[in-house]
Amino acid sequence: MSKLIFEKHVPFSNSFSLPPCEVPEVVEIPEALQRKEKLSLPEVSEVETIRHFTELSRKAYGVDSGFYPLGSCTMKYNPKIDEWAARLPGFANIHPYQPEETVQGALELMYEMEKMCCEIAGMDRFTLQPAAGAHGEMTGVMIIKAYHKKRGDEKRTKILVPDSAHGTNPATANVVGYDVVEVKSNDRGLVDIEDLKAKMSDEVAGLMLTNPNTLGLFEEEIVKIASIVHEGGGLLYYDGANLNAIMGVCRPGDMGFDIVHLNLHKTFGTPHGGGGPGSGPVGVKAFLAEFLPVPVVEKKGDKYVLDYDRPESIGKVKNFYGNFGVVVKAYTYIKSLGRDGLKDVAYNAVLNANYLRHHLSQYYNVPYNRLCKHEFIANSKFQHDKNGITTMDIAKRLLDYGYHPPTVYFPLIVHEAIMIEPTETETKERLDDFIKAMADIAREAEEEPEKVKNAPHTTVVKRIDEVGAARNPIVKWEEE
Amino acid sequence: MRYTPNPPAVAEEMLKSIGLNSFEDLFADIPQEVRLNRELDLPEGLSEIEVKRHLLEKARRNITVDEYPCFLGAGAYDHFVPAAVDQILLRSEFYTAYTPYQPEISQGILQSIFEYQTMICKLTGLDVSNASMYDGGTALAEACQVAVSSKAKKIIVPDNIHPENLRILKTYALSGRFAIEVIPGKDGIIDIEAMKKAIGKGTAAVVIQQPNFYGIIEQGIEELAEAVHQNKGLLIMSVDPISLAILKSPAEYGADIAVGDGQVLGNNLSFGGPYLGFFAASEKLLRKIPGRIVGQSVDSEGKKAFVLTLQAREQHIRREKASSNICSNQALCALAAAIYLSLIGPEGLRQIALRSHQMAVYAKNELEKKGLTLKYKQPFFREFAVKMDNPSTMNKKLLENGIIGGFELDDAMMLAFTEKRTRAEIDKLVNVLGGEK
Repeated sequence: MSKLIFEKHVPFSNSFSLPPCEVPEVVEIPEALQRKEKLSLPEVSEVETIRHFTELSRKAYGVDSGFYPLGSCTMKYNPKIDEWAARLPGFANIHPYQPEETVQGALELMYEMEKMCCEIAGMDRFTLQPAAGAHGEMTGVMIIKAYHKKRGDEKRTKILVPDSAHGTNPATANVVGYDVVEVKSNDRGLVDIEDLKAKMSDEVAGLMLTNPNTLGLFEEEIVKIASIVHEGGGLLYYDGANLNAIMGVCRPGDMGFDIVHLNLHKTFGTPHGGGGPGSGPVGVKAFLAEFLPVPVVEKKGDKYVLDYDRPESIGKVKNFYGNFGVVVKAYTYIKSLGRDGLKDVAYNAVLNANYLRHHLSQYYNVPYNRLCKHEFIANSKFQHDKNGITTMDIAKRLLDYGYHPPTVYFPLIVHEAIMIEPTETETKERLDDFIKAMADIAREAEEEPEKVKNAPHTTVVKRIDEVGAARNPIVKWEEE
Repeated sequence: MRYTPNPPAVAEEMLKSIGLNSFEDLFADIPQEVRLNRELDLPEGLSEIEVKRHLLEKARRNITVDEYPCFLGAGAYDHFVPAAVDQILLRSEFYTAYTPYQPEISQGILQSIFEYQTMICKLTGLDVSNASMYDGGTALAEACQVAVSSKAKKIIVPDNIHPENLRILKTYALSGRFAIEVIPGKDGIIDIEAMKKAIGKGTAAVVIQQPNFYGIIEQGIEELAEAVHQNKGLLIMSVDPISLAILKSPAEYGADIAVGDGQVLGNNLSFGGPYLGFFAASEKLLRKIPGRIVGQSVDSEGKKAFVLTLQAREQHIRREKASSNICSNQALCALAAAIYLSLIGPEGLRQIALRSHQMAVYAKNELEKKGLTLKYKQPFFREFAVKMDNPSTMNKKLLENGIIGGFELDDAMMLAFTEKRTRAEIDKLVNVLGGEK
């Protein structure tokens, strides 16, 4: 472990300074309101600060470090021009409450971004306000609630969620005050139509669905699903986590979805930042547009304005207008790729996933081994049955081979799942190397199982005691 | 521009190796009736030269706070960001990484968050901090959700918290999980007696913003802490982290939860986001707080190591039983905050807070010399409201004079000051507001 910045504290080593003070150095704050407690932040020089954080960065692994087939997360290459764009002073150094006439370029960008999102998703209006996918889900489910409420249809207290759904779906429904009813998957890994029919009722507000689903499979009966939900008076919510697979091929709006969220940090190439910031715009069909959060950007003549006068709006889900800086990056991405480029993304994402699925199924069990979209699920069944190797062991052994492992133990409906999403930005050579590494691990599992069970061997730390960390939480540094 | 690296011949070879003939075969499972069957109605892709030109043109149509001095605050402040912050943020091991779910190859990110958590604890005086949230407004809403129980659902809020934060609370309350009671203030500050009267058995929490939306430093918070604690509710404070260098900390007031916006800690204004919300709490709430938390542990060889901890609270484990659906943090913005605080140090933060305050005091005195008066007479930190009949007309006049004015209230303009402002800029502001030119 590197020394903590607090352990590099040297009194008076920090030489940060302000310009000479040109105004009287008075303090007009009553003594009783002033801080008494010492502020014990570290004092470190600039050079040592830079070295500290540079050292930390060397103990991290990003998409630029290597292959990152993290299922459901779409860890594609983050174009550098997008970083450049968001850092332009005209975007980075403007205050959210500046007069509209001083931020016409920013408002125009938001306006155009909304239009592009509408076209890509097949929706009529978008808000750019939600800060992440889960935040978009919350916004969308609030819109579902507002819609039923306005119609006086308040007995709808349930939200349907497939058993293959992301954990955020049921959590979101709960946070917005709904009871969650799970819909089963059938033996093909798709929504069980009979179970959906049985669970749809006049108490159901809507269905949250990901398509392609979390098994990477396209819900082929989507039209039927949509009509069951709509005929029952519910709304259809699209979790956009997997949109990368279908851009330019088909659109959630045309499948019958009423509300969608997009993950700009997945589909549109903005970096994940080690956990954020992301951006989760929410789109709706015209009949739900009145419920969108305020403000929305409108064009009046040749001027762009922020419209707050929307009486049916659910209100605000975030301060200001959302993660504008992330929106600039995604806008730059869409502009760079254009219509053909976006379709090319879907083509290659799906090709890469099927290429891996096909070749890896020689060595690993693939429960739904048929045409997939942007990702697929394997598991450790072969290795476990024979030598007691778990999915966790395989993931940790991949670290020794220099890879970020796939998503593991999700979706929950596949035992010991290994969820692999290569994305479109990987070369055949990279994929072949990964297949070889996975084949090697399969061989090791057979010949040297202990090597796999005790992995990783080459990382700066070995497997970490997570149970101990939770039992006896140490969540900040304390002076010894 | 494309970022798909396989040339057509290679793609074809890959298709063949899996028994397919064309890209179209990859989508055979998508029913015809939902196919787009046309091109997306978007322009053709652009080369990098064209994209640069296009974005530059848009960016140039915005007036930046570097071009015109900015006296806007109201939740986002034009504080100085040292050049070194962005240099570190551009380390791609940080910004192109996912959440540190694989701790063995993410020790750097985990440690930076652990350091951030410690810094937030030091600033607020509270025991524990999460890894950050979307922004100050949503962190406040999440804090309210932590406070509610089946018996106590009322959140008492004075009317002088940030109006956008109040709007977010009301939106989150659409869930029916908690109810907001807004208590009108007096003379720009909270009405302590009215607040105390509202507190009762069903009170989940009292929310106080310090300094409040008008920039005023509230007094008498200790009394409210006592009253709400007697009723087993929580005191939630929404605070400005820069102010904490010189103002009493939430812990000193007896707060159970402190939240706020961390934009001022090394993050650009960026037209309102991305920022970060910080969230700190007393030890007893550790297992209830939302979001990610980094903990210290040991590896199988007994070496110190960091890991995401207490995940049993989170949505991917608890699913429909989770009390928050948050599954991310604003890691890169929190990293910016940690780098910023390391670069300026405790004395630097104090100097920045003091200088901002002194600039504001100077401006107040100069405005009063011109016959203008403050809307409220209470002590302020770095922002205050100055009375005027038509703030919108005045803002236009300021803009004509190359100044980004303040936040408009009905009968006043809120002006904010930071260490970046100069005496000359303030003198010019005062001259325009005082009617000269």
